[in-house]
Amino acid sequence: MRRWLARHIYVAFILPGLLLYGVFMVYPLLSAMVYSVFRWDGLLRSGFAGLENFKTVLTGVAYQPRFWGALGHNAIFFAFTLTLQTTIGLYLAVQLTKERKGTAAFQTIYFIPYTLSMVVVGFLWLQLLNPTWGAIPRGLRTLGLAGWVHPWLGDTGTALITVILVNFWRWVGFPVLVFKAGLQSIPKELREAAAVDGATKTRLFRYITLPLLIPTIMMMSIMTFIWDFNAFDLIFVMQGSSGNPHYATDVLATLFYRTAFGDSTTGGAAGEIGIASAIAVLMFIIIGIASCFGIRLMQKKEVEY
Amino acid sequence: MPVVIDANSELKKDRDIAGKTADFIDYLFLSLLALIFLCPLVILLLSAFKTTQELFFNPFGLPKQFSFEIFARVWNRAHFNIYFANSVMISVASLILLLVTASLAAYGLGRFKFRMNNLIFIFFLAGIMIPMRLGILPLFILMKNLSLLDKSLSLILTYAASGLPMSVFILTGFFKNIPFELSDAARVDGCSELQILNRIMLPLTRPALATVTIVNFVPWWNDFFFPLLFIKSDQLKTIPLGMTVFFGEYMTDWSMLFAGMVMASIPLLILYLLMSKQFISGLTAGAVKG
Repeated sequence: MRRWLARHIYVAFILPGLLLYGVFMVYPLLSAMVYSVFRWDGLLRSGFAGLENFKTVLTGVAYQPRFWGALGHNAIFFAFTLTLQTTIGLYLAVQLTKERKGTAAFQTIYFIPYTLSMVVVGFLWLQLLNPTWGAIPRGLRTLGLAGWVHPWLGDTGTALITVILVNFWRWVGFPVLVFKAGLQSIPKELREAAAVDGATKTRLFRYITLPLLIPTIMMMSIMTFIWDFNAFDLIFVMQGSSGNPHYATDVLATLFYRTAFGDSTTGGAAGEIGIASAIAVLMFIIIGIASCFGIRLMQKKEVEY
Repeated sequence: MPVVIDANSELKKDRDIAGKTADFIDYLFLSLLALIFLCPLVILLLSAFKTTQELFFNPFGLPKQFSFEIFARVWNRAHFNIYFANSVMISVASLILLLVTASLAAYGLGRFKFRMNNLIFIFFLAGIMIPMRLGILPLFILMKNLSLLDKSLSLILTYAASGLPMSVFILTGFFKNIPFELSDAARVDGCSELQILNRIMLPLTRPALATVTIVNFVPWWNDFFFPLLFIKSDQLKTIPLGMTVFFGEYMTDWSMLFAGMVMASIPLLILYLLMSKQFISGLTAGAVKG
């Protein structure tokens, strides 16, 4: 045994990490799938249910509108964030690669919100946006723009976009950082050679910089997709576990939370483990497809210049 | 031909002026955005020094006086000292557990050739992008069965496990790039495998270990989801979860609220300002090719 171990010493190296990862990450993720095909009585498994839980989520009277609504909100969340980050975010990153006064200060300012906890971000903006005492409505009134004041978070028409913008405020520093690092990893010689050949700035960006940045943009988009289809903290803090007002900001993760752990606002008890697991598995499928693309991108990261 | 030269320099001048105008517009836009980004933070900071009454009558101006007494009140009366200690303890313990298990595993995968090597590596890699939250229900029941609910250990194990895929990925790549002659020479000189790892490999991987630390520390420090589900007693709450208690209690005491938010945010902000280089390389690792 000792001689075997001496020859296979790597087993001793790998085992602790493999166990920790296996027991506390892989096992729960895989079990969620098993959970979803069983009937549950509180925390006890009571019988095989087949795809019944999925059917309840996708077509059941109580769940169907919530599920598709939440999925739609996640998609809107992602679409808006992606559009903003690959326009404004990319623009900022390009500007921050230029060597001029204040670049470091600008970068720090854009990045600071990213270091804040979602709980702080949520409460801060709840205070700022409060229609009666919030700083933003009061500032607008002082400027004589009282007509612009609106209960942004309380109106079903504006609540989701407001949360998306608050999230963007906190988030964008990260993609800017990543895009900037991507831009800086492009060899200078390439751009210089094209400039010598007479390429204008716009053409340089369009034909040299952008194509070489595509892998970074793709990777960032996938990460954003995974994050946005998993969004929870900000919505929970700002709009409660049922995505107020009237489920206008409800997303898959809050729906899952309510189903699994009961809705604290209505005093719901143990929750529906089978149905919640079915929601988790559906999220898993959506996110899993995206992350497969991501891992493939990571594996063939070496692109020839 | 002087005419041609003239025309050329005219063109160049035009382009310079156009370039300068574009530059100015860029600058203006950058400043405007910076202002939008900074305003909420400045209001947050100034509000922490104002009394509730001042906040009501003078929401935008400077506070009458900069007194730090409010922070002391938040620290002691609102249990921030407890929350802070818990956050530090849990992050540090998770970090130690993660760094030990991940560097050992990465060393095994990066420096030894065996049949299952690639398979185990891919097994780790598979978890890189799957958010652990999707397994929260089975994890919750697992913790319950292990009697770990409402104990700090539940968070430490969860965090360390969720950090393993990315950390193993980063560290394995690093170990692979260290020349094999180094470890061979040490082996000839009679070093054991653990000594090689400890004395030769780990000092060389310090930058990668710093990356792993930052990548994981930020989300753990700010995590709200797992403490929300695992921790019930006030004595064990971390800062983000403690904040929600605090907000419930001091809903009308605005100066306390803002002071609490500032105190919750200061540690990571200082860390970022001190180590922005490591932050940047840590957070962009994996997302940028190369």
